Amino acid sequence: MYALINLISIWAIPIIIVFIPLFAFTKKVPVYESFIDGAKDGFSTAIQIIPHLVGMMVAISIFRASGALDFFVGWTGSFLTSLGVPSEILPLGLLRPLTGTGSLAFATDLIREYGPDSMIGRMASTIQGSTDTTLYVLTVYMGAVGIRNGRYALKVGLFSDAVGFVAAIAVCLIFFG
Amino acid sequence: MINVIWFALIVIGFVFAAITGNIESVTTAAFDGAKTGVTVCFGLISVLVFWMGMMRIAEDSGLLKKIAKLLGPIVRYLFPDVPRDHPAIGYILSNMSANLLGLGNAATPMGIKAMQELQTLNPDKEVASPAMCTLLALNTASVTLIPTTLIAIRINYNSASPTEIVGTTLVATAIATMAAILADRWCRRWNLHKDHTPPATSISSKPSLKG
Repeated sequence: MYALINLISIWAIPIIIVFIPLFAFTKKVPVYESFIDGAKDGFSTAIQIIPHLVGMMVAISIFRASGALDFFVGWTGSFLTSLGVPSEILPLGLLRPLTGTGSLAFATDLIREYGPDSMIGRMASTIQGSTDTTLYVLTVYMGAVGIRNGRYALKVGLFSDAVGFVAAIAVCLIFFG
Repeated sequence: MINVIWFALIVIGFVFAAITGNIESVTTAAFDGAKTGVTVCFGLISVLVFWMGMMRIAEDSGLLKKIAKLLGPIVRYLFPDVPRDHPAIGYILSNMSANLLGLGNAATPMGIKAMQELQTLNPDKEVASPAMCTLLALNTASVTLIPTTLIAIRINYNSASPTEIVGTTLVATAIATMAAILADRWCRRWNLHKDHTPPATSISSKPSLKG
């Protein structure tokens, strides 16, 4: 199963890159001109995201460098050990929605320290792989079209992160426990 | 809510740095963060330019509409207020399939394209429409079939079975996505209800705090 999905992942992009122009060519679309037309928007879209992403990255960076993140991470860790879940894993749940690179670094560190085949290593892998960085996704997507008020999108994103985190721990306990 | 989080991150960071006596870290962190933001955006330029070009070909040739028709029922359920043959549907589907295959750098441009198309249907250009919120919910939860990065890291640290977490990740990501879809549905209905309350009778009710 894994081999099959992996094979699809490797072939997907090359096939898409060939198939789209091929299909368009048979429909007599001027493929190159069409490509250039669309590609023109790419630059301005990326530039438009800059203020949003800079604002968010600055806030997260300050929060991290000041030691505030480490404090909250340590505090929740010791607070929730009582629930019978390895406390080392809990900070990852706090990091995951905030920073993709930060949580990846933390997960990698757990895997290095406890081993990839330990319960903590498996949980870290599952948590890291199961959701995306909510704050980043919202910033980039809304920034690209100039949306300032995301309504309930952030709440929904954070809620699903929390559910995903609990689910990842539970599933690992059931599968590997 | 985003305002509060942004503000809180900075203020709490400042207070912590002041207490622990490394206030100078705030300065470096601020400019490091700004630099990271710009670097990430510059990294996005090449990807966005390329995929938006490809997607324009797909749109001009009618391919996008074909895909939209094929997988219409699922999308109609998730995005009831987007017209059936609107180009947004095609982009939403491309975004979802790219996420599924773990093609992160293709998923983002397609998602952004979908946002831009949804923006054309949006009456208030500064406030996210319900359809946008659903798209965001799907992307923050991001169903992934293969967590390629994690598998690579596990191989790197000599795991006996690097791919054993594929199953658990799939279950966890499916649950997270379900939670996102349900929460989004619930919020959407709740907001709709709130917006439809006649203002004349709501003298006692507080003004709604959005965001």
